[in-house]
Amino acid sequence: MIAETGHFALILALFVAIIQAVVPLVGAHRGDRAWMDVARPAALAQFLLIGLAFGALTWCYVTSDFSVLNVAQNSHTDKPMLYKVSGVWANHEGSMLLWVLILALYGVAVSAFGGNLPPALRARALSVQSMISIGFILFILLTSNPFARLDPAPLNGNGLNPLLQDPGLAFHPPFLYLGYVGFSMAFSFAIAALIEGRVDAAWARWVRPWTLAAWVFLTLGIALGSWWAYYTLGWGGYWYWDPVENASFMPWLVGTALLHSSIVVEKRDTLKAWTILLAIIAFSLSLLGTFLVRSGVLTSVHSFATDPARGVFVLGLLFVCTGGSLTLFAIRAPSLKAGGLFAPMSREGSLLLNNVLMSTAAGTVLLGTLYPLIADALNLGKISVGPPFFNGVFLPLMVPVVVTMTVGPLLSWKRSDLGSALARLKLAFVAALAVAIGSWLMAGGSATPLLAAGGFGLAAWLFVGSLLEWGERVRLFRAPFGESLRRAAHLPRATYGMTLAHAGLAVVIAGLTGSATWTTEKIQVMRPGDTMEVAGYELTLQGTEEVKGPNYTALRATFHTTKNGVFVADLKPEKRQYTMPPRPTTDAAIHTNMIGDLYAVIGEPDGKGGFVTRLYYNTLVPWIFLGAVIMVFGGLVSLTDRRHRVGAPLRKPQTLAAPAAAKA
Amino acid sequence: MRRILYLLPVVVFLVLGGFFWRGLQMDPQLIPSPMIDKPAPAFALPPLKTDKPGLASADLQGKVTLVSFFASWCVPCRAEHPLLMELAATHQVNLVGVNYKDKPEDALAWLGKLGDPYAAIGADRDGRVGIDFGVYGVPESYVIDKQGRIRFKQTGPFTVEDISNKLLPLVAELSK
Repeated sequence: MIAETGHFALILALFVAIIQAVVPLVGAHRGDRAWMDVARPAALAQFLLIGLAFGALTWCYVTSDFSVLNVAQNSHTDKPMLYKVSGVWANHEGSMLLWVLILALYGVAVSAFGGNLPPALRARALSVQSMISIGFILFILLTSNPFARLDPAPLNGNGLNPLLQDPGLAFHPPFLYLGYVGFSMAFSFAIAALIEGRVDAAWARWVRPWTLAAWVFLTLGIALGSWWAYYTLGWGGYWYWDPVENASFMPWLVGTALLHSSIVVEKRDTLKAWTILLAIIAFSLSLLGTFLVRSGVLTSVHSFATDPARGVFVLGLLFVCTGGSLTLFAIRAPSLKAGGLFAPMSREGSLLLNNVLMSTAAGTVLLGTLYPLIADALNLGKISVGPPFFNGVFLPLMVPVVVTMTVGPLLSWKRSDLGSALARLKLAFVAALAVAIGSWLMAGGSATPLLAAGGFGLAAWLFVGSLLEWGERVRLFRAPFGESLRRAAHLPRATYGMTLAHAGLAVVIAGLTGSATWTTEKIQVMRPGDTMEVAGYELTLQGTEEVKGPNYTALRATFHTTKNGVFVADLKPEKRQYTMPPRPTTDAAIHTNMIGDLYAVIGEPDGKGGFVTRLYYNTLVPWIFLGAVIMVFGGLVSLTDRRHRVGAPLRKPQTLAAPAAAKA
Repeated sequence: MRRILYLLPVVVFLVLGGFFWRGLQMDPQLIPSPMIDKPAPAFALPPLKTDKPGLASADLQGKVTLVSFFASWCVPCRAEHPLLMELAATHQVNLVGVNYKDKPEDALAWLGKLGDPYAAIGADRDGRVGIDFGVYGVPESYVIDKQGRIRFKQTGPFTVEDISNKLLPLVAELSK
């Protein structure tokens, strides 16, 4: 009964979505306010109905109702409650339901917080948003119904893939989707603007917070996924350039470019067509990611149940959505009037340069990801494109990005002088040089000292440069301290957001470089009592024991760890054997001191009383995740900026007398 | 001229979309091999490990063998590896490996980490034997019957379903 209620609510949501897609659009065309305003209650109704459907499915999971096929296939009574709930979106059908729920959530947010939007723009954006919603609700109802029944119901379910039974992965998909789907907002606003034929500073100001929110969630989602891979897959890596990872990384790159180009639209009233195009592409790449994961056209370590019918459907959606919007772009964009002049040496010039570089980077990732498919279609043979391609092409593109993003904020709008900006970065240059030489000497024993020098030098350049730019704004050490403090308090939050996000990226770069340069890895057979020395730590295998978890049994090893004879920690890695489905997983033990991670994995027994053990010291890997958290924090700080709250610059200032005047 | 520039995105998208459409008709996992039912090519590969034999075509006679091409740099191989470990534990088929275009130290570390399911491993450093077999990319696996003929080819990693629905029934039939 609960499942049928959910199914029915979803069907109702489809009809509401159709109303929300048609009526406001017609209303906006005719200038009929009443028709336009249908969008707001419709968005709320759609959200509540999809929420009801999602709640119904969650209920089926929580109560382990195995008469529902989806629950029987993916859940089990022994599963801890957290994974019963996260199991809702850890499968294809449920994850698509989460997708539309988040889509509807953004719709409701626009209707709730979009009070200061021009009614026609809001009506059109919500209408476009709802068209996407129609496509995906149809997709669920026609090809992936999560409420299908199973008769007779089995006594117990198949259980959830043990790799997915992990707190990091429980929250990875929701954040990723909040990011992916968040770009639908920028997309809907872009289409609405193309229909209206008008893009201005006010438009950019409305779009920016939505893009920023999507970017924050996507950054967090990618970081969570990477962190999960790091500590559960048990080989110490965090990024594999796998097609599905790339599918989340491409929208991130384009979304980052969009975030920056929308600033140019807002401040300089130019770069409009480009910004619209980025908004379309960012969301299209999110859709493309969905297509690649669900259709099985590429082989990946992320195996979702694939089905050609689903692939055809998502491809159809992609054609309508991206093909349609790009056609509209080709027709309407040439008539968008650009505002001010464009000097190459200016803030907007540097933003454009980085935009082009980021888009090129996204393009190369796209090419590398799709190349196996294209080669196959052209009968060039089956090939796989691996990390060497991505590292070889992507990383060099990032070097000018980092160099420019440090200089850019110091340039002024319209026309600027590169010499004076560089002069103010003298300290950053000195720091970069010192760090580069220092790390080159420290990495002297390694095979890649130049990479280390380059990576750390860039990180130092960006980090110190970002702080200098902030110091410049508050006139640190130039004005009296009180004056600087006053200035610091009055800086817009968006500025702090930028400084934090850029500094966070510097920390990420340092972490990536450190892990590529100094990671040590020891693989051997150890017997209880044996001691291994890794990066100055002594790890003694004290023994192993059998432990029983709620739905697994595990072999747990204890490594007594000391440094120079002083006790550091007991590392307890586990090798788990899940009962349902019967699959083994590794659970690495990690001890971090924030400079590096001591990482231990227990492997197969050798049959003679010993075990294969893998011991790593992953230098600076914690910085990668720390840096991502700083970037996310920067995004959140920027999101609280006053200008997002006050909304459109065109809006008339409200005074206390205004309500009285309105009455009269 | 300016208009044409604005048409570019949609044109690029349509070309890509065409490839996706084509991609949906193809199965990235399976490609027919012209080598099916032909004798396995003659080869002799040096051992990868000091304590395990290498692999030569003569070793493929007399028992049903699964030859698995793998490499430490290949991500799908990692995904497939636990299944091969399980398969080896069942002793239903003689599982041998060809380490394809790999550095021996990397391959050894990889097997040390993940376990070694193979009864024998040949080191195919320049990929020469892979070419003779018609390997497109790793992982790829060939079932060889008792007469040394190739009977089945798996392109890409095995899944649980592939092993239970295709591989094991075929091995059981060939072992009769």
